[in-house]
Amino acid sequence: MSGILVILQQRSDNKIARINWEALTATQRLGGDVTAVILGADVQTAAAEIAAKAPSKVIAVEHPLLNPYTADGFVAALHQLIESENPTHIVFPHTYQVRDYAPALAARFKQVLISDVTAIAEGPVFTRSIMQGRLSANYRHAGSGPCFLSVQAGAFPVDLPAPAAAATVTPFAPTIDAAQIRTKPGEPYRATTQAVDLSSAQLIVGVGRGIKSQENLPIVEELAAALGAELAASRPICDNGWLPMERQVGSSGQTVAPKLYIAAGISGAIQHLVGMKGSQCIVAINKDPDAPIFEVADYGIVGDLMEVVPAITAAVKAAKQ
Amino acid sequence: MKIIVAIKQVPDRDSQVRVDASGKWIVDTDLQYAMNESDAHALEEALQLKEKTAEAGGEVIVVTAGAESAGTVIREALAKGADRAIHILADDLPSRDSFGVASLLAAAVKDEKPDLILAGLQSEDLGNGQTGVILAELLGLPHATLILNVEKTDIGLRVKRELEEGWFQNIELPTPALLTIQSGGNKLRYATLMGIKRAKTKEVRQVAAASLGADVPAVAVLEQITLPKKQKSTQMLSGSPKEAAAALVEKLRLEVHVL
Repeated sequence: MSGILVILQQRSDNKIARINWEALTATQRLGGDVTAVILGADVQTAAAEIAAKAPSKVIAVEHPLLNPYTADGFVAALHQLIESENPTHIVFPHTYQVRDYAPALAARFKQVLISDVTAIAEGPVFTRSIMQGRLSANYRHAGSGPCFLSVQAGAFPVDLPAPAAAATVTPFAPTIDAAQIRTKPGEPYRATTQAVDLSSAQLIVGVGRGIKSQENLPIVEELAAALGAELAASRPICDNGWLPMERQVGSSGQTVAPKLYIAAGISGAIQHLVGMKGSQCIVAINKDPDAPIFEVADYGIVGDLMEVVPAITAAVKAAKQ
Repeated sequence: MKIIVAIKQVPDRDSQVRVDASGKWIVDTDLQYAMNESDAHALEEALQLKEKTAEAGGEVIVVTAGAESAGTVIREALAKGADRAIHILADDLPSRDSFGVASLLAAAVKDEKPDLILAGLQSEDLGNGQTGVILAELLGLPHATLILNVEKTDIGLRVKRELEEGWFQNIELPTPALLTIQSGGNKLRYATLMGIKRAKTKEVRQVAAASLGADVPAVAVLEQITLPKKQKSTQMLSGSPKEAAAALVEKLRLEVHVL
């Protein structure tokens, strides 16, 4: 066993999203020869983009049955590639697609994906969040098989050495039979047209489970109005139908980076944090002093949002007069 | 349809979690427990499917791996309408990795020959988000993840899958199949008094983990649990709500320049 494979993912426009470069950055912490892998029906554009950017080698895994994405197709193709390359580590960006197939791929090698890794230390020791972000856990890979891991978006800021020359792209043609693909995926669609574009908002007030009931929403609406801010929410609020889905911030909603993000009654599960931790200033209001939202906050107030938020609204109104 | 739902008991999201003396798990005395949220949605989806396809032989079976105390979530599932349960007794769940837990579940359910297996997307304690997918692989079933809605069709299932950034897609797949269910796709029911009463008469089959012959040493070994590293230095604003609010507004004016 030698070398490390990093499995990158192309977007529907054949470009490579930032999380892939972050995965590549994380891979360099492991030491060893890095080979970037891109797979699909046609990956030439993406392979060229990767080859210009960093690693010593790029493998382009192509097969008509790899588009559209299916777990069956990706597992079959990568199973063959890994058997042929025999790497020590296989690294993935922690995307919804990777969550869909990488655990099955790893299981085929009697391995388990160490998922959503946020830090890699000597050993290697892999750190990931547990208990909804309240605690961190360090994991080590045991046994003699290849180690599968996925890295969290935003955890490894892109830091890649400039390559001397573009890497060579080696093709790999997996054998996939149409009968192996058991699922029939449909075209992606959006449920509603996005009427609210939170990504361009300068000020956002986000509300979470701490609001307790829909009847209490005016408390945060008044703060948003006083600030001239957009109202946003964590997933449970939108799941309950208290606010429309288009106001949801997080991995399944929008990603925002305003000047100011006030998180009211949001505990700070990673699914929400990935959507807002790029905000320039984060204010967290939560009754639980150990809530993980305080780890990313610039200013924190421990208290009941029913009391704290109206007080802030009043203070903002007074300041604006 | 015969549907198996894999559920897990996890610490309640509002309970305080502290690292124990071993540094490898959390203090579990005085901890409040609950059914994992996405598992509760998986159970609800199964109950609704059974009600919609009310043909003969429809059955919802819940399976869990965990200590004796995990019986609480089994009773909750039976009270909500599950027909029977399989409880894999394992006191050492935290030391098993997702492959290890999925191996137990696979061994316990393979003779049931279900049409559909549902699992929550991800547990709220360890959050590995893999047990369902590995279970599908071990049983040789097609799978789909992040599912919000399940419909039965003539040839199998049509499911609504959540993608990133507000996108969705529909997927068709044959049965038997395994789906991991995302929270929020359905509205959870409460157990009725009648349901709670009936639950007491329903079958709960307890199986010792060791008797399944599916023990697998962990490949992902949890070595140490710590408090998370702070990503920013947070200024905590204390005092009464009014004082904290005044301090915050001052910061927003003078340091953040948004007022």
